[in-house]
Amino acid sequence: MTKYLLDKFLYTVDRDPGLVERYRDDPRGTVEWWEQERANAVLNCHTGEASTWQRFDDAEREALAAHDYPKLFELGAHPFLTLTLFIAMFERDHGEPLSFQKEYAVRLAHFSLPYPDIAT
Amino acid sequence: MAEIVAVIASTHHPFYYRASTATGEDRPPFADEWVAKIERFRETLTRARPDVLVMVGSDHFHQLWLDNMPQFLVGKAPFYDANWYNEEREFGLPRMLLQGHEELSAHILRQGLDSGFDLAFSNELRIDHSVTCPIITLRPQADLPIVPIYTNIFAPPLSQPKRFVQLGKAIREIVAGWPSDQRVAIIGTGHLSLELGGPRQFGPHGPDPEFDRRAVEWIATGDLDGCLAEVTLDSLHSPGNATHGFMDFMLMMGVAGEGQKADHVDSLDLFHTMEAYFTWYPNGVPE
Repeated sequence: MTKYLLDKFLYTVDRDPGLVERYRDDPRGTVEWWEQERANAVLNCHTGEASTWQRFDDAEREALAAHDYPKLFELGAHPFLTLTLFIAMFERDHGEPLSFQKEYAVRLAHFSLPYPDIAT
Repeated sequence: MAEIVAVIASTHHPFYYRASTATGEDRPPFADEWVAKIERFRETLTRARPDVLVMVGSDHFHQLWLDNMPQFLVGKAPFYDANWYNEEREFGLPRMLLQGHEELSAHILRQGLDSGFDLAFSNELRIDHSVTCPIITLRPQADLPIVPIYTNIFAPPLSQPKRFVQLGKAIREIVAGWPSDQRVAIIGTGHLSLELGGPRQFGPHGPDPEFDRRAVEWIATGDLDGCLAEVTLDSLHSPGNATHGFMDFMLMMGVAGEGQKADHVDSLDLFHTMEAYFTWYPNGVPE
């Protein structure tokens, strides 16, 4: 399990307006590109220093590529990161205020306590 | 020595700014009542006539990240830019610039380290809505210098609830021992029951109104023993998956002191989460 890398994807995409749109429009291509080009970047280094070992497992890669936020919850991605990014991508497609957020809750209704562990 | 003129604990609702400034059809039906409560709350700080604000909050994965996560961090900078692109995007929060107070930051860091708290520090900190929401509600002119103190209530493993209380007590003593004639208000924000990104989010009330009722009682009466007897890192999952933010309220109960009844208590039952506002005057209610 590499929950940290899932969170790193959500975190780095959410803070970049261009990447938010790119992930919305081409999720599978964006995940593939990100894993290849960005997964190993050490975030406070700008000189090319990088890690060498970061990669998604198959379930994580597929959940991200499918925009499958219930699966991300199940895998222990940080729920705040997932929620914030998915609101940014999909709230605009819903007419009523908060209707995306409510639908999001309904799609997670099969989870009960204890929720999947989010510790990284 | 410095005088602690007010201790304030509050929820930080990022939708307040947009709700309170919206007009016409965009203005939600609860906005007027919310604004009235906030204006009464704001008056409790105004009448204390503070010179400097110590602001306790929690970064929401904006600047602090899992590759280097501090449990408790004190800002020490001459200025703090504030609010982030994704807060502008989701909540409509404005960009802000707040003045720092490096002398008080340095005092809190030195005395904190010397009293057993291995505090992290930051000399370039962009703060988020956990600090700017109470600026917007309590001091919208944003004209006072601040010392931001961040806690980790977000990325496990977390410190124990009792550690938050201990740090609150230490902050109270440290600020009271600051050799200065400044008037200091200590303000902290957290959450009552809250669910984010889970099945209980965005309901008609907070996810656990019974927890909220008891939490307000603990805070309003300063019942630290009762609160600490029931609240654990495990128990906080039950009221809602983001309820660990309640530990910032526990920190503020430590600042206010065991058994200290709040001089101002108010709450507002909203969709998604309950708002709650508390003010203590350590030296009596100001004239």
